[in-house]
Amino acid sequence: MEFFIISMLNGISFGLLLFMLSSGLTLIFGMMGVLNFAHASFYMLGAYFAYSMGKVTGFWGALLLAPIALGAIGAVVERYGLRAVHKFGHVAELLFTFGLAHLIDEAVHLVWGRSALEYRVPPELDTTLFTLFSTSYPTYRGFMMLVAIVMLVSIFLILTRTRIGLIIQAALTHPEMVQSLGHDVPRLFMLVFAGGAALAGLAGVIGGNAFVTDPGMAASVGSIVFVVVVIGGLGSLMGAFIASLALGLMQTFSVALDYSMLNVLQHFGVVLSSASPLFGVAKLTIAQMAPSLPFVLLIVMLVIRPKGLMGTREN
Amino acid sequence: MSTVPALELEKLRKNFGKTQIIRGVDLKIERGERHAIIGPNGAGKSTLFHLISGRIPLTEGQVRLNGETITGLPSYEIARRGLSRSFQITNVFPKLSVIQNLRCALLWAHGYGYSFWHRLSALKRVNERAEDVMTQIRLETRRDALANVLSYAELRALEIGITIAAEPQVIMLDEPTAGMSHSETEDAVELIRRVSEGRTLVMVEHDMGVVFGLADHISVLVYGEVIASDEPAAIRGNRAVQEAYLGTEYA
Amino acid sequence: MDQNQRFRSLFVWGGGALLLMALPLVFSQNTHLSVLSRMGIAVVFALSYNMLFGQGGMLSFGHAAFSGLGAYLTIHALVLMNKGTLAFPVTLLPLVGGLAGMLFSVPFGYVATKRSGTPFAMITLGIGELVAAAVLMLPGFFGGEAGITGNRVTGVTWLGIDYGSQLQMYYLVAGWAFASTAAMYAFTRTPLGLLSNAVRDNSERAEFVAYNPKQVRFLVMVIAGFFAGVSGALATLTYEIVNAESVGLQSSGNVLLMAFIGGIGQFFGPILGAILLTLLQSVLSLFTPAWLLYIGLLFLAMMLFAPGGLSSIIVAHGPAWRAGLMLRLVPSYLAAVAAGAVLLAGTVSLVEMCYFLSDTGRPASLSLAGIVVDPRRPGPWITGGAVLLAGFVLVHFAAGMVSAQWQRLRKDLNARGPLRRDARLAQAVPPVAEVQGTTT
Repeated sequence: MEFFIISMLNGISFGLLLFMLSSGLTLIFGMMGVLNFAHASFYMLGAYFAYSMGKVTGFWGALLLAPIALGAIGAVVERYGLRAVHKFGHVAELLFTFGLAHLIDEAVHLVWGRSALEYRVPPELDTTLFTLFSTSYPTYRGFMMLVAIVMLVSIFLILTRTRIGLIIQAALTHPEMVQSLGHDVPRLFMLVFAGGAALAGLAGVIGGNAFVTDPGMAASVGSIVFVVVVIGGLGSLMGAFIASLALGLMQTFSVALDYSMLNVLQHFGVVLSSASPLFGVAKLTIAQMAPSLPFVLLIVMLVIRPKGLMGTREN
Repeated sequence: MSTVPALELEKLRKNFGKTQIIRGVDLKIERGERHAIIGPNGAGKSTLFHLISGRIPLTEGQVRLNGETITGLPSYEIARRGLSRSFQITNVFPKLSVIQNLRCALLWAHGYGYSFWHRLSALKRVNERAEDVMTQIRLETRRDALANVLSYAELRALEIGITIAAEPQVIMLDEPTAGMSHSETEDAVELIRRVSEGRTLVMVEHDMGVVFGLADHISVLVYGEVIASDEPAAIRGNRAVQEAYLGTEYA
Repeated sequence: MDQNQRFRSLFVWGGGALLLMALPLVFSQNTHLSVLSRMGIAVVFALSYNMLFGQGGMLSFGHAAFSGLGAYLTIHALVLMNKGTLAFPVTLLPLVGGLAGMLFSVPFGYVATKRSGTPFAMITLGIGELVAAAVLMLPGFFGGEAGITGNRVTGVTWLGIDYGSQLQMYYLVAGWAFASTAAMYAFTRTPLGLLSNAVRDNSERAEFVAYNPKQVRFLVMVIAGFFAGVSGALATLTYEIVNAESVGLQSSGNVLLMAFIGGIGQFFGPILGAILLTLLQSVLSLFTPAWLLYIGLLFLAMMLFAPGGLSSIIVAHGPAWRAGLMLRLVPSYLAAVAAGAVLLAGTVSLVEMCYFLSDTGRPASLSLAGIVVDPRRPGPWITGGAVLLAGFVLVHFAAGMVSAQWQRLRKDLNARGPLRRDARLAQAVPPVAEVQGTTT
């Protein structure tokens, strides 16, 4: 029971973090048709910036400044990079963000080195929120969820209650129409891209010290975020939300489940000898297969329904 | 008459959401006929072509090609059964040369399928036919030019060339002379007349000179319905057609 | 093919074969031969990738799955041969690799080609990730993180050829690379090769000329998987070890860079890219830890300014070459090279200084092209920054000179009238413009 609740909470907090990342990616994809490979790199930069800024301004200063820095970087990337490649088509934009991700990875090596950083949770938050039976739930996780929820509610309000939010919503599915109506869509693109980058940076600030801060973090989180966005539906925020939570829970639970096909077969009285060719596969526990499960889902979803669960754009 | 019509449309209906574009079209096009479909803009002529050739699915109805039902078949299956169509907006292979474009149109018909063991340069019949078509559409001087450097008229010619290359039984041309000058139109009409000899031609056209010069049967499509389908002389004099489309000049 | 073309193609292919045979005479040291072997492997891999990308319009992020799985099956065969359980000539092992690659490209290709464009790219990404994860999950078959090793000197020795030496290994790689290149080139001259281009250009029209685009793409992917497997087997024999890196996304990304930088619009483009990137990886990595960064910068620069890659730049000079007007471009090109050198110097100095500072196990001081520099002081940074800025300004001017010269050149070429062959090259539409997905 205790395992279930703690895992639920962990899964939800991870899912919310994923949503912070995937919401930006969904907005960017929905509006611009660009699947931003560099999105997870923005996440990584957020963590690294927070680490360095934190030395000067403390955690709270970094919490404010790092996303702003990422937003600025996002704006520059869009204005001088993406826009130039836009005329070559979607696949070219995809390639560009791919190269950018590669470059940011290397730049991080360049400035901060190759080993993991000691980006710590600030002492104010490094306490226990509550204790359930014998497991203590850290305050920081609660803080993460709080920040994520506040952020997402703000975005929701901006999108639905402000003028610019309505324009963005319209441009999500009909960018050409919005342009014909006289809105400066390129500037809007820059705004959304910068916003997405800032959001990813914020996720990095709060996620980097809860999980790990090392040059590989972009790659490991990036793949899952893609899966979330594709499964949730290319262009749908609600879909991304559902998929984020679902995948967050799935990853958290599956890592702890030690059941394998072998166990299932044993339950039915079938015993596979270790000489059998299928033994290697059958003895894999769900925990061991955990890293690959999102990709199986990705492939299945893309083949059956490329629009995703609730998507509006296929390409 | 006991011969099977080349193309038969039965109660064809197409809705886009709640909007009815094609509202019940019945049409029989006999083998060897030169059939023109005319009508005002937005009547659904291109949509009709898309429905027949399998580019978009229909909501209701049946399409039969030489007696065989082709409703719901993918475009390539329909093409394999001898129906070939051209496009209103030029739809060629931009990074291939003129001769390569024409070869593409011929490979299936000559039975080469998905072969990767034949050398293209050694396929005599394909190459001869491609050169022949190229001469017919007057693009011999542009043999090795990439399609994306061709002029508009050259592209329209190539478009027709690709459509007729494999000698399909039923040729569908969507506004073949759109944007052409007077002399270019004359050449195109001559070409169309020649290649449709002994085959079935279905043509969407706005140029009434071309229509009345080429067609031996005309159908008039207005708001997704065929309001008249008859010989040219009868169409000319048809009051409803005049009101809807022709005006009284041609009467 | 007329006499001229026949002679030219004999010259190119014959010359290539002779070159491959003669190279070890110049580069006889084992380290050199090792790099040459790497190049050969990369060429086959990159060409097989371009069958998908440049020729077929399919952007794949998971191509290393085929080469890597081919490599794994090859090393298993090799191990069996080492144990004496299997008798098979080492010379033909790349064939095993190819068949193994095909074994996987059939099911993976079937799934992936159900979609096109961005969804296709994402599926290949998923497949790549999946295979990479599976390799670590099944240590019984894949040897876990350490991988599997084997010995290429095994079985019956014929005429003294046991592939023990680097030289003999080089000739094996060179032979297979030449044969594979010839085969892949021949493919572009077949109906399927032509149709794969057609499907890339306009999959809808391909349907209307009676072809099923999915079927075309599927077959191309299967064949590309074969050649990827061949490159994997060659790598297996060269390094005698296969591990998770062979299927990793790093490798898939690498081949993408090679093909793109070399140029996806021409057949020989990926060959250039493979050679260049292998050189950079082998040579540059000896001089600086920042070589991956430089390659990344090169990639992005290419994307922005020359998306057709190196081969498109070469081909664009065709008309000028044939008209004998190349000399006209020399002055502005010299200026551009000089300006570029300044920009490069500025970039390199700043990058190297950064790396120096971040490197925990660093030596006492940094030496840039012989000049000893202390990155801890502000001086070198200011100098480096100034050089960089100067570089940008100079390149800007030089670019202006180059483009002005080209404008004059084009006017003259047009005045002379378009040559029959130039019509083919006149349009420099970047290849990526056409690489789009449709609903088929």
